[in-house]
Amino acid sequence: MSGQTLYDKLWNQHLVKQRDDGTALIYIDRQLLHEVTSPQAFEGLRLANRKPWRLDANLATPDHNVPTTIKERAEGNSGIKDPVSLIQVQTLDDNCLEYGIEEFKINDPRQGIVHVVGPEQGATLPGMTVVCGDSHTATHGAFGALAHGIGTSEVEHVMATQCLLAQKMKNMQVRVEGELGLGVTAKDVVLAIIGKIGTAGGTGYAIEFAGSAIASLSMEGRMTVCNMAIEAGARVGLIAVDDTTIDYLGKRPFAPTAEQWEAAVADWRNLVSDDDAQFDKVVTLQAEEIEPQVSWGTSPEMVTGISGQVPDPSAALDETVQRSHTRALEYMGLHANQKITDIKLDKIFIGSCTNSRIEDLREAAKVAKGKKVADSIKLAMVVPGSGLVKRQAEAEGLDKIFIEAGFEWREPGCSMCLAMNADKLGAGEHCASTSNRNFEGRQGYGGRTHLVSPAMAAAAAIAGHFVDVRSLPANDATHAQEA
Amino acid sequence: MKKFERFEGVVAPLDRANVDTDLIIPKQFLKSIKRTGFGVNLFDELRYLDEGQPGQDCSQRPLNPDFVLNQPRFKGAEVLLARRNFGCGSSREHAPWALEDFGFKVVIAPSFADIFYNNSFKNGILLITFPEDVIDRLFAEVDANEGYQLDVDLENQRVITPSGEILEFEVDEFRKHCLLEGLDDIGLTLKDEDAIRAFEQKHKAARPWLFRQSA
Repeated sequence: MSGQTLYDKLWNQHLVKQRDDGTALIYIDRQLLHEVTSPQAFEGLRLANRKPWRLDANLATPDHNVPTTIKERAEGNSGIKDPVSLIQVQTLDDNCLEYGIEEFKINDPRQGIVHVVGPEQGATLPGMTVVCGDSHTATHGAFGALAHGIGTSEVEHVMATQCLLAQKMKNMQVRVEGELGLGVTAKDVVLAIIGKIGTAGGTGYAIEFAGSAIASLSMEGRMTVCNMAIEAGARVGLIAVDDTTIDYLGKRPFAPTAEQWEAAVADWRNLVSDDDAQFDKVVTLQAEEIEPQVSWGTSPEMVTGISGQVPDPSAALDETVQRSHTRALEYMGLHANQKITDIKLDKIFIGSCTNSRIEDLREAAKVAKGKKVADSIKLAMVVPGSGLVKRQAEAEGLDKIFIEAGFEWREPGCSMCLAMNADKLGAGEHCASTSNRNFEGRQGYGGRTHLVSPAMAAAAAIAGHFVDVRSLPANDATHAQEA
Repeated sequence: MKKFERFEGVVAPLDRANVDTDLIIPKQFLKSIKRTGFGVNLFDELRYLDEGQPGQDCSQRPLNPDFVLNQPRFKGAEVLLARRNFGCGSSREHAPWALEDFGFKVVIAPSFADIFYNNSFKNGILLITFPEDVIDRLFAEVDANEGYQLDVDLENQRVITPSGEILEFEVDEFRKHCLLEGLDDIGLTLKDEDAIRAFEQKHKAARPWLFRQSA
């Protein structure tokens, strides 16, 4: 009998009941809640006169709708100018109060994007099952946790039963072997993976990211990679536990202490795929072949290296792809064979659950230090992922570097990743964005998103167009993997 | 949830791959705290020529005449014919809520994104997968025949075309059962309450660090 994959182990540790019809009940250790996908779930509980099964499994924070300007945030909820957004945030507060769920409210220093807050607090631990009504929940898989995004009906189901109805996925391993070049980051790795396997390449699979280049990433980098598993179609992204994982978790507020810590660490060491584990699919990339990536289209798979060019739709073999590419170029205002470095930008967004952690801000600050944002850029903003990330960045003086360079330094939230608050693109504007989705209208009606790493976004802000971060003078070049 | 019954419905074709949930229902409409009323904003950016706002009277907005759902021949459509990887991206359940509220009962495509797939069945929407060549053929038939309808028979797992051709499809037993009976998942799961409690005790004993004292 062959060994187990990491996913198999996590599944088996949480299997409450396997039903004959192929579905299973999986026990959920942690549910993260935010204001957008929870109100209807709470309403459902209330209507059915049900109570949450286990309060301490839940942790809530508002993130999607919160304003990021310092002045508005100082006013707390009343600083939310959009009345509909205000109701949503207020409803989360009311629901958490009514049911007794712990919440980091809008001006709590621990507030932030759920996928930054969970790990930062140690509320995400190896070996956990983690769910959230948000597709980027895959982020938490970086800790060897089985984490996936769910819909609102499932949020209600987990609240009421502490279980999720699930079907076991297939196992995929994506190996990235070798050493990443200077200036090539976790974001470039995951964009290159999506470019290779496509946005549906991981549908039906749990993807375990492995190989020497993945093992060399920091926890921040690993979270960036797992975060975008869903952009490859996989609800679940995973990375095995190692010293990097355990070192990150020590002394986090929700992490175990004393003897429990020792016992937990011993248990977590098993959260790796066995040597003889069988994967249904294995994909391998060579780290040395990955260059800084830039998306040119309206799907994350429409991506290429910085030295590349926009493809010619007529060169696509498949008619559906041809049509998608033609439509994408039309929407993006680009033409076939245009060089990526010729794409001019209007706005720059550094933030989101993909790239708003301290390491991301450090990488961007290295590039921005002593430089000025190009005059042609209408807005360049840096939005830290949480209040604690913001505080840390300020302690390191990163805020000053950004402000002196001409970036706006904001309060934490999802911000322009999906533009539910006031931060958005205007029609036709090109944005170098460290977020995760370049869909039509995602960052604002008619807005044009280019997905990049924090260093590439900062470099584009200075130049006014895309540049290869590796071509910058040596003292500025990002040393991503050193951070 | 309403029981899913056999019906014949007009088919609307959406000839586009990788339709994401942002496209199905743009983010500004996610601010609602209700489950209903999303239908008027289904495919908002494709359907209207202006930028939609929540709570707006959509009857006054300029329609995009080229968009399929605005064409008179597809009025009242209950079956959406789509391309591969339909429903990718965000986990927002507002996407199936909008489809259902608009009047769609079925979406047929070569493949669906995972989270959207789950969310749809939980809202009584049947998703049917056919191979690409069958989908291509259906697109051609819909295009060639005004008023094209499909007879959708979940009980027998088949779709019948106007010419009488029978297309069989797969659907997992549990989802089929829930749809046909209009069942609520939570009620079903709570029948296993004792099993969940027993598991929880064992789990807590083995890994106490996963359970935190309530703050």
